[in-house]
Order: sequence, then structure tokens, then C-alpha cells
Amino acid sequence: MATTPTSTPGPKTNRIGLQVLDYKGGKTTLCAGCGHNAISERIIDACFEMGIKPERVVKLSGIGCSSKSPAYFMNRSHSFNAVHGRMPAIATGAMLANRTLLALGVSGDGDTASIGLGQFMHLMRRNLPCVYIIEDNGVYGLTKGQFSATADLGSKLKTGVINDLPPIDTCGLAIEMGATFVGRSFSGDKRQLHAMLKAALAHNGTSMLDVISPCVTFNDHEGSTKSYKYVKEHDEPLHEVTFVPHFEDISVDYEPGSATEVTMHDGSRLMLRKLEEDYDPTDRLRAMHRLAESHDKGEVLTGVFFVAPNKPTFLELLNLVEDPLGTLPQAQVRPSRSVLETVMEELR
Amino acid sequence: MATIEVAPRESEQRQGKRPIINDFSIQVATVNGSGSQSANTVLLRSIFQMGIPVSGKNLFPSNIAGLPTWYTIRASKDGYIARKKEIDFLVAMNAETAQDDVMSLAAGAAVLYDEPLKLNGLRNDLTFYAVPYDKIVGTVCPDAKLRKLVKNMIYVGVVAFLLNIDMGEVEKALRKQFKRKQKAADLNWGAAKAGFDYAAASLTKVDPLRLERMDKTAGKIIIDGNNAAAMGAMFAGVTVFTWYPITPSSSLGESLIEYCKRFRIGPDGKATFAIVQAEDELAAIGMAIGAGWAGARSMTATAGPGISLMAEFVGLAYYAEIPVVIWDIERVGPSTGLPTRTSQGDVLFCATLSHGDTKHILLFPSSVEECFEMAFDAFDLSEQFQTPVFVLSDLDLGMNNWMAEPFDYIDRPLKRGKVLTKEDLDRMGSFARYKDVDGDGVGYRTLPGTDHPAAAYFTRGSGHNEKSQYSERPDDYQNNLDRLAKKWEVARGHVPRPVVKGEGSKVGLLSYGTSRWAIFESRDQLKKEYGLDVDYLRLKAWPFTSDVFDFIDQHERVYVVDQNRDGQLLQLLRLECSPAQIAKLRSVRHYNGLPIDARSVTDEVIIQEGHKVTRQEHATAGYSGEE
Repeated sequence: MATTPTSTPGPKTNRIGLQVLDYKGGKTTLCAGCGHNAISERIIDACFEMGIKPERVVKLSGIGCSSKSPAYFMNRSHSFNAVHGRMPAIATGAMLANRTLLALGVSGDGDTASIGLGQFMHLMRRNLPCVYIIEDNGVYGLTKGQFSATADLGSKLKTGVINDLPPIDTCGLAIEMGATFVGRSFSGDKRQLHAMLKAALAHNGTSMLDVISPCVTFNDHEGSTKSYKYVKEHDEPLHEVTFVPHFEDISVDYEPGSATEVTMHDGSRLMLRKLEEDYDPTDRLRAMHRLAESHDKGEVLTGVFFVAPNKPTFLELLNLVEDPLGTLPQAQVRPSRSVLETVMEELR
Repeated sequence: MATIEVAPRESEQRQGKRPIINDFSIQVATVNGSGSQSANTVLLRSIFQMGIPVSGKNLFPSNIAGLPTWYTIRASKDGYIARKKEIDFLVAMNAETAQDDVMSLAAGAAVLYDEPLKLNGLRNDLTFYAVPYDKIVGTVCPDAKLRKLVKNMIYVGVVAFLLNIDMGEVEKALRKQFKRKQKAADLNWGAAKAGFDYAAASLTKVDPLRLERMDKTAGKIIIDGNNAAAMGAMFAGVTVFTWYPITPSSSLGESLIEYCKRFRIGPDGKATFAIVQAEDELAAIGMAIGAGWAGARSMTATAGPGISLMAEFVGLAYYAEIPVVIWDIERVGPSTGLPTRTSQGDVLFCATLSHGDTKHILLFPSSVEECFEMAFDAFDLSEQFQTPVFVLSDLDLGMNNWMAEPFDYIDRPLKRGKVLTKEDLDRMGSFARYKDVDGDGVGYRTLPGTDHPAAAYFTRGSGHNEKSQYSERPDDYQNNLDRLAKKWEVARGHVPRPVVKGEGSKVGLLSYGTSRWAIFESRDQLKKEYGLDVDYLRLKAWPFTSDVFDFIDQHERVYVVDQNRDGQLLQLLRLECSPAQIAKLRSVRHYNGLPIDARSVTDEVIIQEGHKVTRQEHATAGYSGEE
């Protein structure tokens, strides 16, 4: 019997011919409803849509719930689950050895703002090309719910303990230290996080994203300032974030004066539709001022706070050869016999 | 180590005024930051250029300027370059220490002092020479600000006169020292000449110490161990070096920067290396591990306090099996300890650094040549066995100048270890990162960025199975630990083997690292003074090769020489020796912060051998002339 072939559309592929399935990871072992899982999903979508080759990506993390999550996305990427608070050093070393990699770091609020604060700040200062995501829930999950250093003043634990120390604002700190792409988002804001992740991936330099990611087990109750409910109620977006990658020819129309557009290093465009007066994301002082203000007002300020798209990266400052250092041929890294003879003569 | 009252053997000879030629030590006591380092280097080089075997030991404070510092130069016709305990000729420039320096000399020594110090009244069994440095410096250095620095070069001229150093060699050494600084060279040369002229006109040589030309240094070089290590790393293809400054390792990093800038920039002006000064030692080792993971020949250099900070990361590299090389230029601990003094105090700590069951390969360079060679060995072993490798140098080796034969060019292919490429994966389809395919305990790895869908694996410090998946299964954990132990056993056959000297004696000496030079001399002392022939094994690595156990078996008593309080290498030996072997082990320990000297070893061995420390010349004995 003859059949007429009907054209069923194949699975959607991206610009390098991969399907979204090619970006999947292992099954999550985090709690159901954990904000981190939503972030993993957004990373998968963003990398798929950006057409990033998974083999080029290195997933890096420290210790904690957040740091487990690289196992739950992009199985075709190498991954390194390092020691607590020290992922920046691993990221730096890996990028020194192979500058063609795309480093995607996932950390937590304890991993970054407590034990890893020193390495975090120096990473921001160096402007190493990498994406640094903080999955920020204000508590230590794996050790069963102690406050972290990003917990807000007055926030309450399930046990009734009140936090009596001010939070460390990782975004303000990152800008202060010299990071060149800094923003905050919320795991529950699919659209904003998606756009910001894509922009972060396109940025040439350190992209730091603090993503509020509620802990459903230890910090999602009344009195917590990192619960889904609290963040939804207090979320104060600076702007509406739209990202247009360099390889897509899409025009976005805004009323004149209603949006700020930033051209990224690779030609991609970041469009920020203004929700408040005169916010300029390339103005570092303004960004720091606005962040300080948000604390006083009790807002959870989200959006892209600061971008410096063309600042030289750490690797550019090192003036490295184009090819990965780790696999340079021996002839290129072993000086000749005559060089040794020259040095020996000088030492006689 | 037991303190033994010993009258220096040479005292009679000194008082008898028989000439002592090319066999004595000079100590220069100055204030640090006064430019004495240049003057002392010129003295050392001048003697070296006269063909006389020479060594220099800098005993300096942990301070920028203003505290006492001593530099000891030893000339030895027999080629002994270990520290000599006794000082024969003192140059006393530091008012603060001058009295103590003079009082601690043995009878018969000579003292050259700054006239206003009026030291000549302190003792009547020494020879004194006074020089009015301030008067002389005024005539050669019009700029008052520079006089403090130039003053030191005057004693070089005076010493040259008194000890018969050729002023032509002094000028040559001085111009080498001030290479591109013509003005400074001229000024300093003027000072040295003024010192010589003053001495020739005003001093009468009384002491018996003299230097005479020999031909024992022709073709040799002078270099410190940190410089040699840096050079070795540069030639061995280091691509990532991450470090944090700490005495006494900093000059290793600084030398490496200089070498790489000169010789590792490609024709396009681009660097084939990355050197990063990290924010601390935790970051320095972390970066080196990240780089090793991603395929670089990566390395860091530090000292004891840095090793303490690196402990956690080193455990990760051991367990996740990542190559990385760590140079530990040992200083005196615990804690901050004596930052500018030497020891072998980190042996046990490095051997099993980090929590859990860990064992690391240790290499023990004893010379600048071995610093150069072991830079290659360390990289090869770490990549071959996918594990951290420690190179345990020390301050004495790393920061002091040593005479050496020019280094041989090493052109053997680098051992980069088991790394699968895209083509390998095309053929194999898949791989399991920690599977023991070859039976040597070493799995195959892929580098991040390998363009194959099956290349990726998950590196973690948590429990994992052969496929590097998270696992808490008892059998996975135990299999992994057993495989790591197997890998260790295989490495035993690949580390540098010891050097054994002599055979047939009942007594053996066993040492590692810089103790080599004291033992070279001590063996001659034992033979010459006590008629005691001792065999010698010089260890180069842990794990121990079978040679070590054979050596113990072949001797009735083996003295293990450590430059630490607890006999750390002895303890490592005890872990692996049989009870019968352990019973043969004895311990010689030196741990006062100074480089070990031959006399301390000789006396300790003699006491433990049941002899009295009384010395006599044994007619049949002679110098071995080999170390």
C-alpha cells in the first residue's frame, strides 16, 4: 500500500545543528522545586539558543547544593567540582591552559560570599573571561539551613533565629572589584534570567550573575527574605532585558528614549527598556549608588546593573599565543640547545 | 644534635704560622641593606675565577634593612663546599655584632675590622687588622649618600691584599656584577682599589691564610638553586606558573619570569607561557591544578607556610588525579619559624599532604644541576602518573650561590602521559576516566575542549566510580583507593634512583638533598681521622626504590641524616622497612637553621659508633676526591 509521505517537522536544531537534548545533563538530585533546577534549565536553553558547542564549555563549581548543579546540565561538557570557595582558581587555571574554552562557573552564596570571598573578588578584579553564576538562597542547604553571608538583616530561619548581620551584596562587590558584566535575577523570572544568561555568555570578560534561587527546604517560609513569595513581592526590575545575539538579524522597536542599547564585544545587542529614569548600565558609580539605595528601600533590585563591553580581559593582558598553551607542540615550548649555551656562558 | 666541645683541628696549624693555602673560610659580618651582597658576590667570584673551589652561604635576617647579616665564603682546594663550622677570617663591619663575632672565633683566626670598633683589645690570641673605612670612602666617593654602599667594596680590596686575591679578577667580577651600570662599576672599582692600596701601604700580613691560583673551576658556572630550577622548568616546557611570593621561593618565580620573557616569546611577540602572581597560596595551587587539568605543564613554588595552605587542594589533585608540580623551598618551621634559615622540615608533611589516605611523589634535589634536571623529572612524573609531584629543595640550595658544571641540554621527549585525542575517541567510541586499562593504575584522561561528544567527564573531589560518576558505594571507594596505591607502587619504578658510593663497609650513611655536601666531606673526615670507611646512599625520591632497601640490607648500621628535629626521612623509611631493617637505622639530625656541616655529621657518627671524639691523622687515609 502506498502512503503519501507527510512532512513532520524534525526536532528543532540550533545554528550548529544540535538539538536541545544535546545540552541536557543528568537527573537532578536537588529538592523538588529548588530554584537551582530552574537555573539549570535556563542555562540549557541559553547555551542551546546561543549555539554554543558543548565541548567548548567547562562547567566549574565549588561545594554546596549550587555546586552540584553542573551535573544536571550539559553532559557533553567537561566539568570540575572543586573545593569549597575555590572555583575561581580552577577557572583561572583552566583558562590559562586553554584560552579557547568557555568557562561557566556555578557557585552559591556560602561558596562565594563566605569561604570564597577572597577568590571571588580577585576573579572579578582580573576580568577573566567566564560566566560566574551565584545560586543565591541565603542559607547553607547541605548542612541543614544555617545563614550565609548574603542573608538579609532581620531575615528569620525556620528555627526562629534572626540574622543580625548585614548582607554582603555580591553585585556591588563585583562592580567595585572591576567586573565588567554584573546583574541580578531571580530563578522564578524565566524571561529575564534567560535574556541575562545569553548576554552573559556573549560578554568578553567576567560576567557575574547573582540569581536569587529560593531554598524550598530551609528558606522558603514566612520571615525569610529569600522565599519565592518575598522575592516575587519585592522584585524591582530596573528594566526589561532583551538580548539579540550577533548572529540573529532581529530588529526590536522601542519608542525613542525608552530603551538603552549596549553593543557587546561580539556585536550582540543588549536592550534595556527603561522602567526607571536615566539608568545608564555603563555608569559604574551610578550602579553602585543604585544598589546601595535598593538595600535602604528593601527592594530586590534585578536587571543588568553594569556592563563594560570592551575592557581588556585578563587573558588579553597576558599576551598569550592564540593556540591553547596546554597543547602547544614541544618545539614551541622547549628552547634550543644554543639558548642553554648562551645562558651557561653568562653564568661562567 | 648533641653539642660537642671541639677545638678546631686547624688551630695548631694556624698558630704555628704554617701557610694555609686555599683551605679556609671567610665570614663577612655586615648590616643588611648596606650593599654588602654585591661586595660579597665579587669576593666569591674573584676566588672562583682564580680556579679555587668556593662556596658562599648567606645568613641573613628576615628584614629589609638594618639587621645583622653574615656571609661565609669557603675556599677549599679539596672541593668541599658544605658550610664550614669554624671561621678563619672575619671581616667585622657591623658594630652591633662585632664583639660577639670576635669572641666566638677559635684561637688563631684573623679579624679585619672597621677601626672605630676598636676590637683589637678583646683577645690576644687572634690577628687583627684595622682599616679606617670612613676616611677612605670620603676620598673615593664624593656623594655622601652612596658612601654607605661603597664602603663595603673597600673591604674587598683589603681582603684581596691580605689573602692574595688577584685584583684583575676582582675587577672582572665587579664589572660582571654591575653589568650595565658603568658608573656604579667605576665607583665601586675605585673603592676596591683604594682598599687594596691602603692595605698595601699600611697593613702587615701576619696570618697564614693565602689563596693561590688553581685550575679546578675552569668552565664551571655559578648559580643558585632557584635560578637553576626556573631554568629547568623553562626548558622542560612549563606553560603555566602560578605563585605567591614567599621567602625563600620568590626568586624561583622571578627567575622564571626573566627566562620566559627572554626565551619563550614567539616570533609573533606572543607568550608561550602564562605566569600569574595569585592572591595567596590557595589560589596559586588552585590555578596550577586548573591548568594541569586543562593540559598545561603547570607548576607553583612556595615554602612551608604556603604548603600548609595548599593542603586541601593537593588532596583534590591526588584524588581527582591531576598533574601539578610543587616546588617547596624549605625554610625553618613550624609556623612562621625562621623565614630566612634552612631546613628539611617539610618532608613528612608533604609526603602525605591533605586529609584522608594520600601519598605524593617527592623529589630531593641536592645540587643546582639536580634542580635543573628534576624540573624535567617532576613534570614527566606528574603527567605520567597524573598526580601532584613535590620537589623539596631548601633555602641553602635555593638561595645560595653554588659552583657547578654547566648543565647538559636535555633533549629526551617529554612524557605527557595518557591523554586521549579526538581521533582516539573516534576509534574507541567511549572511555572511562578512572578505569585501569593498562594494569598500572593510571587511567586515560581527555582534555577539556576535546572536540568529541564522548570526551567529557566530571572531575570531582567527591567519591567516584571508574566513569567518574558520583558514587558513595563502598566497593567503588575501595577500588579507587587501591588503584591509587597501585599507581604509587608503579611510580616506585620510575622515580630517580639513588646514588651509591663505596661498598663493603659495615656502616652506611643515607641522606637526601643538601646534606650531600656535608657528607662528602664527612666521609673523608671519618676515614682520615678515625680510619672509618663508610658507604653512602644519596636518596633522590620517595617512593623509595629497591636500591634503598638493598643498601640497608648490606650494612649493619645505617645513619640517616636529616636536617630536621624529628628525623623525618627516618620515619618515612620506618614506614616501609622490615623490622630487621628498622633495627639497623640510626639517626643524625641537624636543625639549628644553618646548613648542615661535615663536622657535625662526623662527630655524631663517631659518638654513636662508640668512639671518643678524638682525632688523629690516619696515615693510610687520603681524600676521596669524589662526592
